[in-house]
Amino acid sequence: MNKVKLNIDGKEVESEEGMTVLEAARSAGINIPTLCYHEKLAPHAACGICIVEISRGGRSRLVLSCIYNVEDGLVVKTQTPKLIKHRKMLMELMLASSPAIADLARQYGVEKPRFEDKITQCVLCGRCVRYCNEVKKANAITFVGRGINRRVAFVDEAVSKGVCMDCRECFGLCPTGKIPRETDSACFDGLTIQDILFDKKGK
Amino acid sequence: MTRLKSPAALERARKQILSQRDSQRPCVAICTGTGCQSYGCNKVYTAFVNELANTGLQGKVDIRQTGCPGFCERGTIVVITPEEICYLRVKPEDVPEIVSTTLVGKRLVDRLLYEDSNGKKIAYEGDIPFYKRQMRIVLGNNRLLDPKSIDDYIALGGYSALAKALFKMSPEQVLEEVKRANLRGRGGGGFPAGTKWETTRNAPGTTKYVIVNADEGDPGAFMDRALLEGNPHCILEGLIIGAYAIGSHEGYVYVRQEYPMATENVSIAIGQAREYGLLGKGILGSGFNFDVTVHRGAGAFVSGESSALMTALEGMVGEPRPKYIHTAVSGVRGQPSNLNNVETWANVPLIVNKGSKWFTSIGTAGSKGTKIFALVGKVNNTGLVEVPMGMTLREIIYDIGGGLRQGKKFKAVQTGGPSGGCIPESLLDLPVDFDELTKVGSMMGSGGMIVMDEDNCMVDIARYFTSFLGDESCGKCVSCRVGIGQMIKILDRICQGKGQRGDIELLEELCEVVRDVSLCALGKTAPNPVLSTIRYFRDEYEAHIEQKRCPAGVCKALVSYYIKPDKCQGCQICLRDCPVEAITGGKGLVHIIDQNKCTRCGTCLEVCPSRFAAVARLSGEPVPAAPPLGTKVVRQKGKQ
Repeated sequence: MNKVKLNIDGKEVESEEGMTVLEAARSAGINIPTLCYHEKLAPHAACGICIVEISRGGRSRLVLSCIYNVEDGLVVKTQTPKLIKHRKMLMELMLASSPAIADLARQYGVEKPRFEDKITQCVLCGRCVRYCNEVKKANAITFVGRGINRRVAFVDEAVSKGVCMDCRECFGLCPTGKIPRETDSACFDGLTIQDILFDKKGK
Repeated sequence: MTRLKSPAALERARKQILSQRDSQRPCVAICTGTGCQSYGCNKVYTAFVNELANTGLQGKVDIRQTGCPGFCERGTIVVITPEEICYLRVKPEDVPEIVSTTLVGKRLVDRLLYEDSNGKKIAYEGDIPFYKRQMRIVLGNNRLLDPKSIDDYIALGGYSALAKALFKMSPEQVLEEVKRANLRGRGGGGFPAGTKWETTRNAPGTTKYVIVNADEGDPGAFMDRALLEGNPHCILEGLIIGAYAIGSHEGYVYVRQEYPMATENVSIAIGQAREYGLLGKGILGSGFNFDVTVHRGAGAFVSGESSALMTALEGMVGEPRPKYIHTAVSGVRGQPSNLNNVETWANVPLIVNKGSKWFTSIGTAGSKGTKIFALVGKVNNTGLVEVPMGMTLREIIYDIGGGLRQGKKFKAVQTGGPSGGCIPESLLDLPVDFDELTKVGSMMGSGGMIVMDEDNCMVDIARYFTSFLGDESCGKCVSCRVGIGQMIKILDRICQGKGQRGDIELLEELCEVVRDVSLCALGKTAPNPVLSTIRYFRDEYEAHIEQKRCPAGVCKALVSYYIKPDKCQGCQICLRDCPVEAITGGKGLVHIIDQNKCTRCGTCLEVCPSRFAAVARLSGEPVPAAPPLGTKVVRQKGKQ
């Protein structure tokens, strides 16, 4: 592997070709915040929290560090006022539909969102979907619908009982913590992941 | 027809086709594009066939079903050659007269001719102002050929550019010519096609793909549709030339499901090209192999985005992939894939045949050649117009488009499709090219051009386009899915009169996140409709928010209708026409609108006779108290 040298927040970082900026930063002890990212899963690049500013040869632009590969001579900034502002807005947008991430949002300085949204809890980070597809290879759950109607559901709710292994391993991956850790019968009692996330009991 | 095994064989075939045709023999060309289909052009065609048979002219006059010449406003369009007499709005019942008067009697049918604003009749196509100011280097052939006939295309010199490229130029020379022509992508981004080709050519990979992007999805845009339906061979020829330059042997035409005729015509064209040896192994007897597959899209706007299109080609949900590595390097199945729009490909044979010098002599410093626009909205002559880059908006809208309908006042023109921007009157003299449009906060996009007049509310327009993008977003990025979602909510409440101070600034703040964080072009450009309308029409936003007034009288929650007691003549027209029976009164009695029942449809305003002008549309002001029921009307002088 070829070594690649880059500069992150003023610190010279040596990393390997093919690594992402996020991985390089973390290996150097520099924290770039993330939400949908999980080191065991393919990057999804959906939440936008890991956004950083890169520059090389005078031109700078914003990229998502979880999918941007390191380049020699790259200068990365992870904490500019603009980035902090963008992350705060993203948390605010997610918090509007997911009160479950209130603690996380507070870390970004968001107490109460200025927006109203239907409470679904799910932020569509896709951790459960990716885990089920990539690691368990069960492909029991997927994204359904488009745009504002996108949601997570069993691939085919009629056959889900046979497809979902009821391993419950996706529960612990959910950043909202809303996929319940305990259910009584197999396959979430026939509920969709979205049903479960609605958290009907707890509100 | 046997396979053409050399450029000479192609030339022989062309001469043979021409020898069987008499250029002086009259030909009736009937537009059978989608626009004219909806006017019933097939019946016009049948009427001509029958009438020619009845009058014994069968075999003495040719009939050709052609693609769309662009003047969709006036379909069904019939052009009679060699004179190029242009008849507009032709109905089947007009056909006998055309045959007896023009084809037999060699005289004009005046009533079917174009009439200019001074009432002067114009007989020949080229003299009609709509066509006169255009430069139809790409679209022009649509009228001259039957899209289902490869012979028609070859007769016009079709595939000669391919022969030239394969036998007289190296792939590098073709690439260089396209680069020198500075052909920029006609699908939206305006990226130089030659540079993209070169990237794919130089990228490592086992298989390289070339793809036609025919997933045209902008509301009101149909440039690519008309080309693919009307002249599919020119796109194929461009694609094969591109494949040769790039070193690709496999191509796709990605066409949306909603374009059945385009799909049919391009599929027929591919079949014919294979039969003639213009696709497949050893094209025209050269050592170059290339073939094409048609892939039908499943109807998602976002699939027009390059990485989403390629994901869809692979059989998955059309969702953009993070593409810090360009699809030109890693596209379909991870292989280098060059994607260009229909119109971009259609320009390629022209550049090869006529040279980059000719091509760069047209247009502006940064944008060369012509661009086809779908000119629609509140303009007199709607349709497809092809103009040299750099023509001003004013020339396009007034000289070609014939100005606004019903003498209304121009307010804005929206260019670039749903994620384009609205350009105000003060910028009408802007020369239209890629860079100038971007500078003013809009974009070229694929060439949509929607003209708006004083009756359009710009907040409502921003809301419409933003809602479209909210529906069509794939929903992956939080910034795009939730960001656009919240923008729609804010725009909704402004239009409902519930806007709050600070909403404009909140919209701007959201726009910044949507633009900066979203991964693909849909999200990155989605704020344009809102940002451009705030930039040029901020006063309209403020009127909605501060005064609860919709200046254009569009936003239903902010308007009310009122019948002026001193003007109402008690004629009962509005009373009868009101769809919700919200109007009370009787003959000779002042009519009154029940504001609680009224749905603000505006029918009363439309139907009130203009000599009375008794109905007023109010916005931002209270509705005056109605007179007591049964009040007698005040008769106007000189009226009963």
